[in-house]
Amino acid sequence: MANINFKLNGEFVSIEANPGQRLLDVLRNEFKLTGVKEGCGEGECGACAVLINNEIVNSCSIPLANIDGSEIITIEGFSKTKQFEVLQHSFEEEGAVQCGFCTPGMIIASESLLHKNPHPTTEEIKIGLSGNLCRCTGYNMIIKAVQKASKDGDGLW
Amino acid sequence: MKDISVSIPKVDNLEKTSGSALYVNDYDMEGMLYAKTLRSTISKGKIKEIEIPYLPFGYEIVDYKDVPGQNIVKVIFDDMPVFAKNEVTYKGEPILLIVGEDKVVIDEILKQIKVIYIEETPTYEWKNSCCHYHFTKGNPISVFNMASRVITYDYETGYQEQAYIEPQGFLGYPEGKKITLIGSIQCPYYVKNAVIMALGVPFDEVRIIQASVGGAFGGKEEFPSLIGCQLAVAVAKIQKPIKLIYEREEDMISSTKRHPSKITMSAAINDKKELIGIKAKVGIDAGATIGLSGVVLSRALIASTGAYTIPNLEVNGDVYLTNTVPNGAFRGFGAPQMLFAIEMFMEHIAKDLSEDPFLYRLKYLAKQGDPTSTNGLFRDPIIMKQMIEKAMVVSDYSKKIKEFSTDNSFRGIGMSWFLHGCGFTGSGESTHIHAKVKLRKDKQNKVHILIAAVDMGQGVKTTMRKVVSDILNLPIDQVIYNNPDTDFVPDSGPTVASRTMMIVGGLVARCALQLKEKWIDLEEIICEENYSQPDYIKWDESTFTGDAYPAYSWGVNVVEVKVNKATYMTDIAGVWSVYDLGKAIDERIVLGQADGGIAQGIAYGYLEVMEVKNGKIMQKNFTDYMIPTASDVGQMETYIMDNPYPLGPYGAKGVGELTLVGGAPAVAKAIENAINRKVLKIPATPELIMELIENGKH
Repeated sequence: MANINFKLNGEFVSIEANPGQRLLDVLRNEFKLTGVKEGCGEGECGACAVLINNEIVNSCSIPLANIDGSEIITIEGFSKTKQFEVLQHSFEEEGAVQCGFCTPGMIIASESLLHKNPHPTTEEIKIGLSGNLCRCTGYNMIIKAVQKASKDGDGLW
Repeated sequence: MKDISVSIPKVDNLEKTSGSALYVNDYDMEGMLYAKTLRSTISKGKIKEIEIPYLPFGYEIVDYKDVPGQNIVKVIFDDMPVFAKNEVTYKGEPILLIVGEDKVVIDEILKQIKVIYIEETPTYEWKNSCCHYHFTKGNPISVFNMASRVITYDYETGYQEQAYIEPQGFLGYPEGKKITLIGSIQCPYYVKNAVIMALGVPFDEVRIIQASVGGAFGGKEEFPSLIGCQLAVAVAKIQKPIKLIYEREEDMISSTKRHPSKITMSAAINDKKELIGIKAKVGIDAGATIGLSGVVLSRALIASTGAYTIPNLEVNGDVYLTNTVPNGAFRGFGAPQMLFAIEMFMEHIAKDLSEDPFLYRLKYLAKQGDPTSTNGLFRDPIIMKQMIEKAMVVSDYSKKIKEFSTDNSFRGIGMSWFLHGCGFTGSGESTHIHAKVKLRKDKQNKVHILIAAVDMGQGVKTTMRKVVSDILNLPIDQVIYNNPDTDFVPDSGPTVASRTMMIVGGLVARCALQLKEKWIDLEEIICEENYSQPDYIKWDESTFTGDAYPAYSWGVNVVEVKVNKATYMTDIAGVWSVYDLGKAIDERIVLGQADGGIAQGIAYGYLEVMEVKNGKIMQKNFTDYMIPTASDVGQMETYIMDNPYPLGPYGAKGVGELTLVGGAPAVAKAIENAINRKVLKIPATPELIMELIENGKH
C-alpha cells in the first residue's frame, strides 16, 4: 500500500492503495469515473484514454504509482469545459457517435490533438485519432467532427 | 410536412459523449461478487477429473451440476451445453465458473484448478457435415449437359471477428424468486428464453434488462445466451449479485465469429458465350456446435446468384463440425461469403470468355418481375441500373478501370453489385418470431414505445421515436423509449437480420396510427400490433422454394486501391456507395451505418486476419487482430436512393447488413485490377498478393 496524491478533474485527491494497480481500475472503482472504458486492457483501443498533464494516455497501461503528483482529467472532468461543448456539438452534427463505447476516448483524443494543433489537416486528424479504435463509424464522421470543432471553436484551443 | 429522412440529433448523443451512459460494466451493486470462467485447454476429450484446490470462505465453483434445468443453451439448434459435462469439444470451451469477491483471488484459484483429460483425436478438416441443403431452379442438369464450356473456380473466405469495442458481459442478481440479468445484448428475449430453459423456471421468474451496448454486429445475438445462462445458474445458487465481464483475450478466443467458407462455383456456357446455368457448392465451418449455422448457411445459399438472374441453378451446402470455437452471427449472416464468391465468379467468367466484365455482368442483372434464386418473385421496382450509373459517375469508374488495367501503376478499382434479403430468412418471422409491439400513452400524454429492439449504436432509439412523434405529431421528447426490460416490453423479436426498422418499425408505425385513432387527452391508452406475413409471401422451407424474404435492399460499392509495389500493402484510396434501402428514416444515421458497414466489409476483404492452428485461435487482442484505424479508411461517399417499399414504415427496408456485404468483393476486385491476377481468396493480405503475383492466374 502507498499513499498517492494527484489532481483529478481539478480537485486534489489522496488515496491509500496498491501502487501497482492500473490507473483505469482506480478511476473506475475508487472514484466511480465509469466514463473511462476498458476495451482491450492492452493499450491498443484507446477507450480508457485520459489526459495526464495534458498528454493523452491509456489508463489501462499506467500503474497508479506513476501518477503521483500529476494532474489527471477524465471525460467526466473534461465534459464541464467549453472545449467539450464544441466537440459535443460537432460530434452530434456530424453523426460521430454510434454505440458510444469509444466516444469518451475519442473526445479526449480530439481534445489532445486540438490542444497541440488547433487547425489540423485531415491527415493530422487521422494520425491523432489512430490510437483510438472505433468499430461502428468507419471514422469519417469522427474526422469531420474534429474538423468542424476546429473551425467552430476557433480561438478556444 | 417535413421529409422523415431529414436528420435530427440522436437522442443518446450527450450521454455517450460525456461518458455518462451506463454499459454493463458500469453498474455496481452492494455485496457484488465477480465470476470468471475456467476453459478447456484441449480440443477434444473426456474430462476424467477436476481437482479443485481449497476454496477460501465466500468463494464457490459453479458447474453443470448446479444447472437446475437443462444443461443446454437454447439457440436455434440446441447443442451447446451451458457448462461442459463429461467432455470438451474445443479449446476455450467453458467448464465452470469461479465466483467470489476478489478478482485476484479468483485468478489464483483458476490457476490452481487442474483438469485431467483423456484426450481424443480432434477433427479440424471439413468432413463431418451436420447439415446439408440442396435446391435447384430450372433445369441445371440439362444445361450443364449441353454446355459448350464449363468454367469452375474455388473461392475461400476466412474468419472475421466482430471486434465490438465493449467486450461481452452481464451483471446478475436475485430479486425475490426472480433472477435478473443486465447485459450487453442484442436480443433480450433470446437470453430470457435460454435462461428459463437452463433454470427450469416459469416465464415470469427471469428478467432481462439491456444495458447500453458498446457495439455488437451479430456478436451479441446468440452468444450472450451462453454467458447469461451460466451467470443465472450462479446467481440462483449463490443468491448474490454477480458480475461476469470478459477480458478482450477471453472474448476473442471463446466467442463466436464469422464462418470461414469454401465455395466452388461452376458456370454452364453455351456456344454464344451466354451464361445458362450455375452450380454452387458451399461449405461453412460451424466449429464445435451447430447453433445457428444452418440458418447462416441458408442465407448464403439463397444469395448464390447475388444480384443476377440465372435461369438454371443447382445449390448444395454443408455445415461442417470441427473441434474449434463455434461460429455464429455476424452482420451479413452468410451473405458476405457468398457475395464475395458470386461477384468474383461473374468477373472471372467474363475474363475467361474474353468478354468485358462490366457489360457481361450487366446482361444478367436482376430486374423487377424476375424470379429469385429460389423461384420467388422480385415484386418491387429494382433501380440498380440508375444506381450503377450514379456510382460510375461519382467514382469516375470507366476512365479509371481503363487506365489502371494498362498502366502498371498497381492502382486498381473494383465495383460490386449486391442485394440483401430484409428480415428473417424464409418463414422465420411468421413461424418463429411472432413479433408483438405496444405503445402506451400515459396520463401526461407521453407515449412509451414498448419493444424489445436494442440500440447498439445503429440509432434505433432515435429512429423509432422519430416515427412515433411524426405520426402522432408530438415533440420527440414526449415519446419515451427506454432500454428494453423484459418485465415491461413484449417480445418484438431479436435485433438482427436488418429487420428492426422494416418489421418492428412497421408495427410501431401501425400501432401509432391506431393510437392516433383512439387518442383521448390525459387518459391512459395501450395499443398493440402483431406481425402477420403478407398472404402473397409463400415459402417452402423443405425445398427452398418461394419468397425467401419479403423485400430486398440493393447496393453498389466502388473501391479504389493502391497496392504498394514493394510491400504489397493495400491502401484504400476511395470508396463510393449507392444504396436502395427503400427510404431512410434518418439520413445521417443511415450514412453512419453506411460508413461503418463498408469499413467492416472492406477490412474483411483485405485486412482482418484470424487463424486457427490446432484448434487454437491465434489472434487474441487488437495488437494482433487488426481492425481498421482512422488512418486505414479512405474517403467515403454514400448516395441513398429513394425507392419506397410499400409495407415498410415510410417505405423503409433493411439497412445495417446491406452496407457490409458488398465491401469484400469490391476491394478484392480492385486488388485484382491493380495486380492483374485473379483473387480467389480473402482476406487478400500482402502475403496472398505476393503469392498471386508469383503464381496467380491472369
